[in-house]
Amino acid sequence: MSWFPAPGLTRRVRLGWVDLVVFAAVLLLLLAVVRLGGRLTAPLHALGTISLSPSALPLYAGESLLRIFIAFFASLVFAVGYGYAAAKSPWAGRVLVPLLDILQSVPVLGFLAATVAFFAGLFPGSSLGLEIASVFAIFTAQAWNMTFAFYHTLVALPRDLEEACHVYRLSRWSRLWYLELPSSAISLVLNSMMSFGGSWFFLAASETVTFSGRTVLLPGIGSFMALAERRGDTQAMIWAVAVMIVLIVVVDQLFWRPIIAWSQRFKMEQTPSADEPQSFVLTLLRRSWLLESVQRAALRPAWERFSRYVSRPRAPAGAAGRPNAFWRILLSALALGLLALALREGAQLLAGIGLKDVLHVAYLGILTMLRVATAVLLGAVWTVPVGVAIGTSARVGRWAQPLAQIAASFPANMLFPIVVAWLLALHTGLDLGAIPLMMLGTQWYILFNVIAGAMAIPQDLKEAARIFDLRGILRWTRLTLPAIFPSLVTGGITAAGGAWNASIVAELVSWHQRTLAAQGLGAYITLATAHGQGADVLLGIAVMSVLVIAMNRLVWRPLYRLAQTRYHLE
Amino acid sequence: MGDVAEPLIVAEHIDKVYEMPGGSLKQVLHGIDLSVREGEVLAVLGPSGSGKSTLLRIIAGLVAPTRGRVVRRGAMAERGESGVAMVFQSFALFPWLTVQENVELGLRAQGLGPEERQERALRAIDMIGLDGFEGAYPKELSGGMRQRVGFARALVVDPDVLLMDEPFSALDVLTAENLRRDLLELWLERRIPTKAIVIVTHSIEEAVYLADRAVVLSRDPAEVLADVPITLPHWRDREDRRFAGLVDQIYSLLTRRAPEPATGQARRRPDPVPPVRSGLLNGLVELLEDAPREDIYRLGEELQFEIDDLLPVVEGLELLGLARVQEGDIELTEIGRRYAAASLLERKEIFRTQALERCLQLAQIARVLGQKANGRMNREFFVDALEQNFGEEEAERQVDTLIDWGRYAELFAYDQESRQLYLEREEAARAPAGAEERED
Repeated sequence: MSWFPAPGLTRRVRLGWVDLVVFAAVLLLLLAVVRLGGRLTAPLHALGTISLSPSALPLYAGESLLRIFIAFFASLVFAVGYGYAAAKSPWAGRVLVPLLDILQSVPVLGFLAATVAFFAGLFPGSSLGLEIASVFAIFTAQAWNMTFAFYHTLVALPRDLEEACHVYRLSRWSRLWYLELPSSAISLVLNSMMSFGGSWFFLAASETVTFSGRTVLLPGIGSFMALAERRGDTQAMIWAVAVMIVLIVVVDQLFWRPIIAWSQRFKMEQTPSADEPQSFVLTLLRRSWLLESVQRAALRPAWERFSRYVSRPRAPAGAAGRPNAFWRILLSALALGLLALALREGAQLLAGIGLKDVLHVAYLGILTMLRVATAVLLGAVWTVPVGVAIGTSARVGRWAQPLAQIAASFPANMLFPIVVAWLLALHTGLDLGAIPLMMLGTQWYILFNVIAGAMAIPQDLKEAARIFDLRGILRWTRLTLPAIFPSLVTGGITAAGGAWNASIVAELVSWHQRTLAAQGLGAYITLATAHGQGADVLLGIAVMSVLVIAMNRLVWRPLYRLAQTRYHLE
Repeated sequence: MGDVAEPLIVAEHIDKVYEMPGGSLKQVLHGIDLSVREGEVLAVLGPSGSGKSTLLRIIAGLVAPTRGRVVRRGAMAERGESGVAMVFQSFALFPWLTVQENVELGLRAQGLGPEERQERALRAIDMIGLDGFEGAYPKELSGGMRQRVGFARALVVDPDVLLMDEPFSALDVLTAENLRRDLLELWLERRIPTKAIVIVTHSIEEAVYLADRAVVLSRDPAEVLADVPITLPHWRDREDRRFAGLVDQIYSLLTRRAPEPATGQARRRPDPVPPVRSGLLNGLVELLEDAPREDIYRLGEELQFEIDDLLPVVEGLELLGLARVQEGDIELTEIGRRYAAASLLERKEIFRTQALERCLQLAQIARVLGQKANGRMNREFFVDALEQNFGEEEAERQVDTLIDWGRYAELFAYDQESRQLYLEREEAARAPAGAEERED
């Protein structure tokens, strides 16, 4: 089948040095997993003794990497399961799709401390609870848009292919592997890569968490950096940043590039395109005799048997098409029960909160919203001209775009204290200072979207502009801005979402012994968490979610629609 | 019927009603009876949008009919298998599967093991002339080769009935002809165990070339207009007089419409406006100016227009009273001839007069705009008004056409951004008075 080449078509491959590399890589991977896995369940008291020696960094980096990958695979499974259920069952879809929309608007970091407290309570005395909480935080940063990506392709499958599946009576299992997963592969991979890049931020945040007056650490590159900052160890900080960059690049080259190159086979287009993404790693793997043999001798027959078992011919569909009434009632009852429970708990928690508190929090929320808006606007102001300059020059674009991508992946919160040091030196408070902190992480989204948009301006339009001598302002307003508008909006949406999340960590920052705080919702939530005031945390997150949803509906959605209709380049 | 051959599939009193997004209902098929007999090639003919593809999908079991039922006979049906395979207009190949994997798809669903799958797939690939391409991906193939994969995939499951949905219409003329011949050869020489073929097409020539029988459908909703037996011996010659006669006969069946009122003037018809831009209308008028009376079928051939593309233009001219259609021929009316000879501005004038007089919808739009103080009206208003009769999608298309006609006739203008129709100053002076006079 498509995921492995068919047996009749395999090339004759010989054992070569490639196999040695592959073999060594597999061994190393296993070793790392075993070793790190052992540390994940270490007792709690062993933590907090983070070493700032550079030689300890690779292992810390490995642990962080393992966390982010576990979260990623969990997200992938969740995305496929949730997306499938939402798309295939109309009655589940009615609940699941709006729920997903809300979930992705909730600022994840606000919950971080609460989930850490919860999971730590589940496994007292062991770091397993913290590990789960960290993985959970990363998961919540990745899963939603991957789920949406899968869901959207499922509801818009090419109709003729669906009909072909039906006429040739493919089982649900076969449909999943022949139609549904392949159709969504490209979009799923791209969204996965973006989610993955964005989640470093959450990884860094989730490795040092303060709740109820207690700070807990998980060994990892994020906590290494945090400790280095607290101690003011500049050398260790530089090491951490360098290793972080190496980590991002290595993951990109060894993991994402091969996957992207491989996923090209799932393009819907019917003509071969000239420049398909290449990956030397993928080529290497494809030439490996070892992998080839394992595939032929073990994987393929096992897969064949498994598929045939799962999709053995059954009674024709019809009964299976409708959800079983029993399950339906059971699930509905379960959902209602959970909802009631949540409402009761929430009501109890919020019982002590009056209108005055709500108004105060809403006021703080608006302050933060202004910061978010300013951060996005300021980000756009410099990234648009720079992005266009980069994007219109093919030569510059080729190396600058990956750089922007790395910058977007880099967890900006690791750099916050450094910026705060400058702010302190400039005697600027955090009320304004939080804005550059937010921008630090989010402006890159705008930048690389603008670059992509500028690179996609059709050649004929550019030529027409040159012939009619469009220059300066005229060229910007008639050609460039309209052409990059859709990418700008996409970048803006991502950047705004990132800025909201960043507000949780950007409005309250420590450097050495000093702590700076801004007046805003992010600082409010962080402080409430640190003091263990559950009701305030909940109120803060609720208000923030409402603001995010309102901004999405009132600002971004109309802009997005405008981009889709008026400024859509075909 | 029974003496010819046992029917393999019988469709009885098929109705299909779709619920449109606006909530209105649209009937696509009405009371269709159809039987597919063993040993025949059956063509289902009809203009585009007539629901012939829907009918095929109902026969295939892809779509459930609103009323009526489809009964399948034959050995496969008794075994509980569907016994049908389908070839798609768009090929419907999985771009991520190789030719062989695509062909194996149906076998895989039957639960066959890898060896048997491979053997049968390779045999089918061989038979259809794709030998050597089994490892290729669809995107590496030309359109004709892709449709061959579609045929191999359908034939490999040894269906009782092969269903084909416009299988050649996405191919260029030469490729289509080549593939048609190869298929007919397989069929005539009994090299495939298929017992019957149903082909949906809008090409009358294709139907007459391939089929033993053609069922001709009408539109809105589709009913069976005629069941034409085609008894010419194979291989058929397109230059043959009898061939051309049959094509002509079916053409006039398709272009025939309900008899017109005796006077023929001030005909206010709630008929849908055919989806054709004013530019095309003008083009056909130019062509007809030199030829007083033209056979529509020849015209289509000359222009390389499929009947689907040509019929709306013909209907448009008819609606505006610029041309009339008789027995598959078209000629300009008196006004039409005047129109053809006129200058650009005079043409607009004639067009305006004819449109206001004969196109009820356009006259109504002009009236509504004339009655508004600011001369502006939202597009949705007109869509909603038409939606009750035509359903949302069709209403949108009609408003698009009406806007095009109205713009050309300078009856009103349209602002795409605010989605509003409006009268420009000189139009304001013209339309309301003119339109209101007609308002009895």
